[in-house]
Amino acid sequence: MKILYRSLLILLLCLPGWLQAELTIEITQGMDGAVPIAVVPFGMAGTGSKPPEDIAAIIASDLARSGRFAPLEEQDLIARPVELGQVRYQDWRTLGSENLVIGKIETVGADQYKIQFRLLDVFRGGQITGHSLPATADQLRYVAHRISDIIYEKLTGQPGAFATRIAYVISETRNGKKAYMLQLADSDGYNPKTLLTSAQPLMSPSWSPDGRQLAYVSFEKRRAAVFVQDVFTGKREELAAFAGINGAPSWSPDGRSMAVTLSRDGNPEIYSMRLSDKKLKRLTFGAAIDTEPVWSPDGKSIVFTSDRGGSPQLYRMPVQGGRAQRLTFEGNYNASADISPDGKSLALVHGEGGRYQIAALDLENSLLRILSDGRLDESPSFAPNGSMIIYATETGHRGVLAAVSSDGRFRQRFSLRKGDVREPVWSPFTKRK
Amino acid sequence: MKFIQAFAVALVLAWLAGCSSTGDSKEGDVAVEDHSGAAADDAATTSGVGAYGDLSIESLNDPNSPLAQRVIYFEFDSSDVAEQDREIVAAHAAFLAANQEVKVNVEGHGDERGAREYNIGLGDQRAQSVRRMLEFQGVAPEQISTVSFGEEKPAVEGHDESAWSMNRRVELVYVGY
Repeated sequence: MKILYRSLLILLLCLPGWLQAELTIEITQGMDGAVPIAVVPFGMAGTGSKPPEDIAAIIASDLARSGRFAPLEEQDLIARPVELGQVRYQDWRTLGSENLVIGKIETVGADQYKIQFRLLDVFRGGQITGHSLPATADQLRYVAHRISDIIYEKLTGQPGAFATRIAYVISETRNGKKAYMLQLADSDGYNPKTLLTSAQPLMSPSWSPDGRQLAYVSFEKRRAAVFVQDVFTGKREELAAFAGINGAPSWSPDGRSMAVTLSRDGNPEIYSMRLSDKKLKRLTFGAAIDTEPVWSPDGKSIVFTSDRGGSPQLYRMPVQGGRAQRLTFEGNYNASADISPDGKSLALVHGEGGRYQIAALDLENSLLRILSDGRLDESPSFAPNGSMIIYATETGHRGVLAAVSSDGRFRQRFSLRKGDVREPVWSPFTKRK
Repeated sequence: MKFIQAFAVALVLAWLAGCSSTGDSKEGDVAVEDHSGAAADDAATTSGVGAYGDLSIESLNDPNSPLAQRVIYFEFDSSDVAEQDREIVAAHAAFLAANQEVKVNVEGHGDERGAREYNIGLGDQRAQSVRRMLEFQGVAPEQISTVSFGEEKPAVEGHDESAWSMNRRVELVYVGY
């Protein structure tokens, strides 16, 4: 009991450090043809204190991280217009900036702001879109990401995924003891929040389709169990704790079922669980390892990893089980699939010649393309708009996260000050309070 | 089936007794026989038990007992127990069969390469291989539980084969001893 209290105390003492742990993002491979855009620092309107966030800087950083845009450096901005009437399009044309973002922040009450922005077409000389969004101080970053989403969608035709989050697992050694944390952060690495801390491994986080819950595997009782935790309230429920494996949870797109891997019948097999009454249906049979199920976006099939052919490869079967079709043929190791939001391609771990890299498989023509350049890359997860794939890699013997555009042209790395970070999963599109 | 199992146990134990005849076998440890199972297995058990000497609970903490070896290593992407490690498993089987109140956790592990959940599957199959061998040699299913930690709890930190070969393993963990 004494030991328990002591470890609890250690836990509490360490907590502030963990909470500050932030992912810093560094672009490691730029993209030719990124479109120049100018994001002018937002002006202040009305009285009141200066807002705690630099909205324009957040937007510029979001657009740069997409790989599709090249925001001008702040010192290169030749003017600082705030209102539409102050814009001289000629100035921006000479800079080669195709688009211009201006805006202002108005203080409308205690801890109440109104953020107004305009996206302008420099060459045509007019407004593409403009909105006014309310925010409290702690919603300012989120609102900035929402603005980035709107700009991205207007200019690319594809929804933006900046106002989303990433869940991941961190492991740290503190005083010779391992600590595992399940965290989530904004898509730019800010606002990290710890959902769970344990002395035993945590793994395989999976988002519910509404982005309100995370399923994960915890070994906190020195055996595996699948839990579902509400991201907002922190409340959780144990979903599966059978003998042997309880792993690889994956939500169905309608949120009503969960695919899991269990070995309660003596071998790793895939089951689907109806969440209303936890009724299980076994989907795979045989002596092979069948695991890592992931639901197709149309809810009709499940892609999974199996070594039934002698080496781990990806297969697809109907959601009710039955005949499985092999999807991967190149290389002796293909596992850990994620399906793109449009259902047309897979991101996977491809092992060949002793290297494990992230690859994309086009499901229409079966073409496999290597996207990452690490040696031990794993856990790919698509952004909800399909534009990027986040995954785990290592650098300097430390686990870090990286992201690559789904065409492989653009790469970035998310580093943590210390510890290992892995198993990133990108949230679906969510509406946040 | 029962007969085949008994015959197999006899065969394995007889073979192992032969293997370790050069070693430190203490013949005629009568105390152990009292713990042994079905009457039909008596002859086999008696001849086999000698191979492991003392099978009392105390032998668990004896560094010279074959029970001191509690880790079995595996090849890449394989869950087959290697020929030379079968004797380790058999020693634990004899001990567990003789001490039915003792429980063992069979913990499967893998190296860090490839997918994490697939490695959980691999660790599970490694643990199941050892479990089947234990049960086949007379250990009651209730005495054994298995868990796979996959690549989550490496024995050796490191990113090369020297570390990986130490991490592809099954550990036999005696609960409460």
